[in-house]
Amino acid sequence: MTKFLFKHRFLILRRLVQISLMVLYIGGNAWGWTILQGNLSSSMFLGAIPLSDPFAALQMFSAGAVISANILVGAFIITGIYFIIGGRVFCSWVCPVNIITDAANYLRRKLGFNQIQKKQPASRNIRYYVLALSLILSYILGVTAFELISPISITHRGIIFGLGFAWAMMLVIFLFDLFILKNGWCGYICPLGGFYSVIGKFSLIRVDHDEPKCTVCMKCKEVCPESQVLWMVGKQSVQVLSGECTNCGRCVEVCDDDALNFSLRTQIGDKK
Amino acid sequence: MISDRRKFLLGSARTLGVMALGGLVWSAYIDEATASKLILRPPGALNENEFLKTCIKCGLCVEACPYDTLVLAKPGDNKPLGTPFFEPRTIPCYMCPDIPCVPVCPSGALDEKSVSQDDVLDINKSRMGLAVVDAKNCIAFWGIQCDACYRACPLLDQALYLEYTKNERTGKHAFLKPIVDSDYCTGCGLCERACVTKKAAIFVLPREIALGEVGGHYVKGWETVDESKIDTSKSQITTTKISKERAIDSLNDMKGLLDD
Repeated sequence: MTKFLFKHRFLILRRLVQISLMVLYIGGNAWGWTILQGNLSSSMFLGAIPLSDPFAALQMFSAGAVISANILVGAFIITGIYFIIGGRVFCSWVCPVNIITDAANYLRRKLGFNQIQKKQPASRNIRYYVLALSLILSYILGVTAFELISPISITHRGIIFGLGFAWAMMLVIFLFDLFILKNGWCGYICPLGGFYSVIGKFSLIRVDHDEPKCTVCMKCKEVCPESQVLWMVGKQSVQVLSGECTNCGRCVEVCDDDALNFSLRTQIGDKK
Repeated sequence: MISDRRKFLLGSARTLGVMALGGLVWSAYIDEATASKLILRPPGALNENEFLKTCIKCGLCVEACPYDTLVLAKPGDNKPLGTPFFEPRTIPCYMCPDIPCVPVCPSGALDEKSVSQDDVLDINKSRMGLAVVDAKNCIAFWGIQCDACYRACPLLDQALYLEYTKNERTGKHAFLKPIVDSDYCTGCGLCERACVTKKAAIFVLPREIALGEVGGHYVKGWETVDESKIDTSKSQITTTKISKERAIDSLNDMKGLLDD
């Protein structure tokens, strides 16, 4: 049991953080708690500090809206936080969709889908094109284009404010990740993930690889939702510097050889 | 063997093509989803186009509303997703004097200035919609005495007043007809909520839908302010083929009528 807990320490911690945040938001709506009110698009922390999704603010700007001081400050705070601790920490520690896609990915591994299809027929860069498209369409249509279809917002709002048919959107993501593309939504398409990959390009907290300890068992690459960032495993003792790493810590906890660990950034850019 | 140059060109073309495909499908959905203007927004909301740009869909107005009037559009509501709205027949706006939903808006999509008078919040300035009466299905118009909507109106005798007319059918009764004054109606929907008919005969519509527009060239001769329009007006003469002759000549012109 202790071994299980230790082998899933970050996973359990992440679920705790994700669920606690959700409970705080639900409390904000249902019971009048003032710790976190609103939702992931924009919230009020402790009734005084505004927090806003910088990607949503960018779309508003692109659509031609007047950005209020509140949104500007909120977006700046969020950008600052993720700039320091790792952009895609949002994806693996906060985003509710992560729980759905992780579940799909877990089933994929257990059912053996990954054995019948090893290579995924899509590019990891799609998300950056969707990101560009979000801003272009926001400009052309004069509305926040991604915010109107975002499964992240739909899921999060659904849980806090009432589900409606939001469950169908969650199911679509689940089925897509299970049957069509491994880590399809989070790893290929989501423009918010792409946005935070860019934000977290120079973040401080990075996974470090100790090559001499590595036995090349590849357990880390098997669980990693962004396995391309682990290119150095068994090859080189360098840090995982790609902004696409979500700092989920799965590779750290599954490693039996202590070859992967969280560390502070020691160099600026990714060699590869 | 395909050259690198060719590979690059084909790859770029494919990327652009897929982006165009995705962009078209995406914008088609958004165009449809934002097309319906039949939606009532919270007090102080910017006009619909500006509102859709500015609202960040955080739901703070919904959380601030003490009556659960406001809700966020969820999948299945067929409204722009995540934006706040209300349905008066279910829960109307109770017009809180302190308007808790507006100052909490972080984005300015709910504009505090538009519902303030001299920096003091005034809910009576809000224009969420406009009540419209279906006279054929309003029992007061039948001659039955019902003033449910009139009594429910928070701006009684201003936004909603009763017009007294004689009932010619009976010769000895009166009609007490509810009439809405669009200068005062806030669109709170308390009347729609109070209406006794099976489906409300008085209901709130967005102002852009419920109101007509005369056009600036009309001058109300009985209003002094309107007279100033004449000073700046320019006359414009439309010339057509028959303008060459005098009007009376074209009346006397029998050409073409007698031919056979």
